[in-house]
Amino acid sequence: MEQIIIPPIDFRLLAPLLVVVSWATVLLLVDVFAVPEGRKKITGYLAIGGFVVAALTALPLWNVGGRTFSDMLVLDNYALTLTWIFLLIGGLSVIMALDYLPRQGIEQGEFYPLIMFAVAGMILMAQGTDLIVLFMGLETLSITLYILTGFAYPRLTSEEAAMKYLVLGAFAAGFFVYGIALIYGAIGTVNLNAMAEYLARQTLVGEDQTLLLIGAGLVLIAFAFKVALVPFHMWTPDVYEGSPTPVAAFMSVGTKGAALAALLRILAAMPELEPYWLPVLSGLAAATMIVGNLGALAQTNVKRMLAYSSVGHAGYILLGVIVANAFAAQAFLFYLLAYTLTNLGAFAVVIALEQRGELAWSLDDFSGLFQRRPMLAVAMATFMFSLAGVPPTAGFMAKFYVFTAAWEGGLGWLALVGVVSSAVAAFFYLRVVVRMFMQEPMRDVELSLNRGLTFNIGLAAISTLLIGLIPTPVIFLIERSLVAVGN
Amino acid sequence: MNQLGFPILSLVLWLPALGALALIAIPRMGDATSRRVALACAMLTFLVSLVLPFNFESAPAQIMMVGAPPVMQFTESLPWLPTFGISYSLGLDGVSLWLVMLATFLGPIVVLSTWDSVHKQPRMFLALLLLLQTAMTGVFLAQDLLLFYIFWEFTLIPMTFLIGIWGGANRVYAARKFFLYTFAGSVLMLLAIIGMYVIHRGQIAQVDPSFRGTLDFGRIVSDLRQGNLQLSTTAERLLFGAFFLAFAVKVPLWPFHTWLPDAHVEAPTAGSVILAGVLLKLGSYGMIRFNLTLFPEASRWAAPAIGVLAVIGIIYGAAVAFAQTDMKKLVAYSSVSHMGFIVLGIFALNAEGVSGAILQSINHGLSTGALFLVVGVLYERRHTRELSAYGGIWKVMPVYAGLTLLIVLSSAGLPGLNGFIGEFTIMQGAFRSDYLGWIFVAFAVVGVVLAAAYLFKFYRAVFMGEVNEPANANLPDLSRRELATLVILAVPIVAIGLFPGILFGGMQHSVADVINGLTAVVAGR
Repeated sequence: MEQIIIPPIDFRLLAPLLVVVSWATVLLLVDVFAVPEGRKKITGYLAIGGFVVAALTALPLWNVGGRTFSDMLVLDNYALTLTWIFLLIGGLSVIMALDYLPRQGIEQGEFYPLIMFAVAGMILMAQGTDLIVLFMGLETLSITLYILTGFAYPRLTSEEAAMKYLVLGAFAAGFFVYGIALIYGAIGTVNLNAMAEYLARQTLVGEDQTLLLIGAGLVLIAFAFKVALVPFHMWTPDVYEGSPTPVAAFMSVGTKGAALAALLRILAAMPELEPYWLPVLSGLAAATMIVGNLGALAQTNVKRMLAYSSVGHAGYILLGVIVANAFAAQAFLFYLLAYTLTNLGAFAVVIALEQRGELAWSLDDFSGLFQRRPMLAVAMATFMFSLAGVPPTAGFMAKFYVFTAAWEGGLGWLALVGVVSSAVAAFFYLRVVVRMFMQEPMRDVELSLNRGLTFNIGLAAISTLLIGLIPTPVIFLIERSLVAVGN
Repeated sequence: MNQLGFPILSLVLWLPALGALALIAIPRMGDATSRRVALACAMLTFLVSLVLPFNFESAPAQIMMVGAPPVMQFTESLPWLPTFGISYSLGLDGVSLWLVMLATFLGPIVVLSTWDSVHKQPRMFLALLLLLQTAMTGVFLAQDLLLFYIFWEFTLIPMTFLIGIWGGANRVYAARKFFLYTFAGSVLMLLAIIGMYVIHRGQIAQVDPSFRGTLDFGRIVSDLRQGNLQLSTTAERLLFGAFFLAFAVKVPLWPFHTWLPDAHVEAPTAGSVILAGVLLKLGSYGMIRFNLTLFPEASRWAAPAIGVLAVIGIIYGAAVAFAQTDMKKLVAYSSVSHMGFIVLGIFALNAEGVSGAILQSINHGLSTGALFLVVGVLYERRHTRELSAYGGIWKVMPVYAGLTLLIVLSSAGLPGLNGFIGEFTIMQGAFRSDYLGWIFVAFAVVGVVLAAAYLFKFYRAVFMGEVNEPANANLPDLSRRELATLVILAVPIVAIGLFPGILFGGMQHSVADVINGLTAVVAGR
């Protein structure tokens, strides 16, 4: 009998992930036994502490790099940059939730560890170089999100959102697993590096690759569902609308970011299959940009509008992913960061305006905001202009970056679709601005602008502007983060 | 560095923005104080900018080499996005010199005009006005395509707010239309800029593998003129079209003009003045700077078609202006007509046409800006802009009527005043152009005649005859502030009419460069 050899494991390379997971596990217990009822905010603060510690743990790992767990996990600067972005997403989402949960009467301590687990899943996806690991990461993220979307129990829409997300998500997971199985059947490995080597050796001749292509297609469908690419986006507006707003904010940037980051690794591992996946993904990207932005045009509910807008933005981000060279990967990271800050800021403003027990999120509540809260209105206008891609905001720089990458990658027509759809998008982003600055208040809206939200909005607005004006430091970091990836 | 050894252009560019920041940042500043701060800031900017024409070398010492880019003066450059080869670089030449001066000159006048017309949150209004001035100056000064685009797009935000918050009854509609029209017109230009970047980088990198790309205007132009960068005919025409669309919407050229009357009618007086005075010039400036310089072959190819659109705009604008009963609408449509002249001059593609177009840009900025102020004066007193509500104002407000007459004559193109010089030069250019011809001039002359018709109709209805409305009987004549704004505007109107050589002299060298660039490449093909 063959001896089972346990390969050497370098835990150092997983430090941020381990910190988040163990912190979350301990936090669950602490929450139950140590944090008194009604003071669950403490759990939230502890969760933020966990994110900060994890981010600091990651600092000395810059430029370390390495593979472990039999080549199933990798640490490189790309993964590290993504880790920081994900920790930022987690931290900001928790801060948004601190006062939101008690205000909506749904405060439960487990919310915060759950967010931490979701972030752990995202980090795992950034580090995974094996389809099984990616699947684990995706499921860790998804399962926690199934719970989080239904967190506003017993609100019906929240239940509905959770149910919808669960059923469709389960299908997507099924596709993923089945795809992995077919890929394994075709080439005998599910490790991305091994796959890349195999594909580089083989000269691809159509007939014997059917299994591999079907498998890759199924995996792609799973990702398209998680990222909400058209036509796999139908769930997005309902789920975002139903779930608690901080969760919607988290999903709009977190899930998309993690899934696209993993997709980039997968695509970079199989450049030989590009003739097959590039047309498919280009079509999806074009459809996503067009349908997402057209869908948002018709919305009067801000949360649904942001949901559709996030669909559209997934299309722009996808442009950076499918070109799959180093420059495009930079564009992807830059766009992800810019979009994260902007979109979390926009959702934070929505939370500040959200009325207790109401499910409206109507545009009307934004009317005349400038007269009542000028700074809040200016911040929201910054976010809207950034999402629309008007200079001098981060969103503009991000669009310039991805469109340049797309054109250089030979996808000039997609860049054209991109700019035209962003001209369409300007219409509905401007509508929010017009409401805030140029119309009278429709009714009394009680603002819940506490310290946490103010911090969130302020941070997001200032960095949106700063990255737009002085993008060089961010670009510098991002350039460095792609040196060692080799894709 | 530049001939002064001092970043003078940055100072001119950012002074208004600093003023805006001060207005925003200092809380509880009273209305009167904020007006004074804004005025001081705008005046200071104008005074600083006076350094420019006095130190401008109208015949720069650098020898004109074949394939050299346009000679920029007062240049400054800082790396800004080294990854992309994008820099914060500013420069000034004969094309932009007088446009920058127009912007800085109108700045204090516009601020002054808000004293009587803006009573709601003047602090924010002035801050936006100053921000807008920085953005517009930036468009004229930027020597990097992306920097140019950023300033170009940023002009939208303050202007949209100026119209949408302080405008008339239908302001929200007008603001939205303004933003969406111009934004949609510009996004294709962004794509064209990216295209230039990618094509340029690709071609240069074949010769010089270490080249990492640039959006520096001078570098791209010199590579174009030396043949290092060659665009296929189709690519050149598509890129030309993308740039042209953005500028045509801004100018606005018929049939892209529909946003303009709405924006003008709803905008507050100060907004209208800045819109007609400077903002529209961004379009004509862009055509000269980018369309003619970057895409000579396509310019030649498109010139007759654009000339037709321009002539349609001249006649259509004038005819519609004649039919208006609202004074502001009348002036707005007269803008469409006048801007048609400017485009006609640019696409005559010769020195007369282009210099006439630049001069007419200045003239239109002065006289149409003044006309909007004139309308504003009456509107503040009577709160109506209907022609039929007035009559015989000459008797009630003689000083006002006299100044208005001067401005109306300037706008109608009376010899001796500035408008005549511009229109005459443009028509001379169009007549002698290889791409247009006498037929274009024949139609343009109809536009001049119609201009006289609608302007005198306006003047007759408002100022002549008897005072019919009792409400008009006791209108006070111009206040000192109003008098100051109009008189200050009248000075260059007369001065340019008498001594146009001062302006022409400054721009000659740069215009010759544009035209040489056009013909050199044409000969090379």
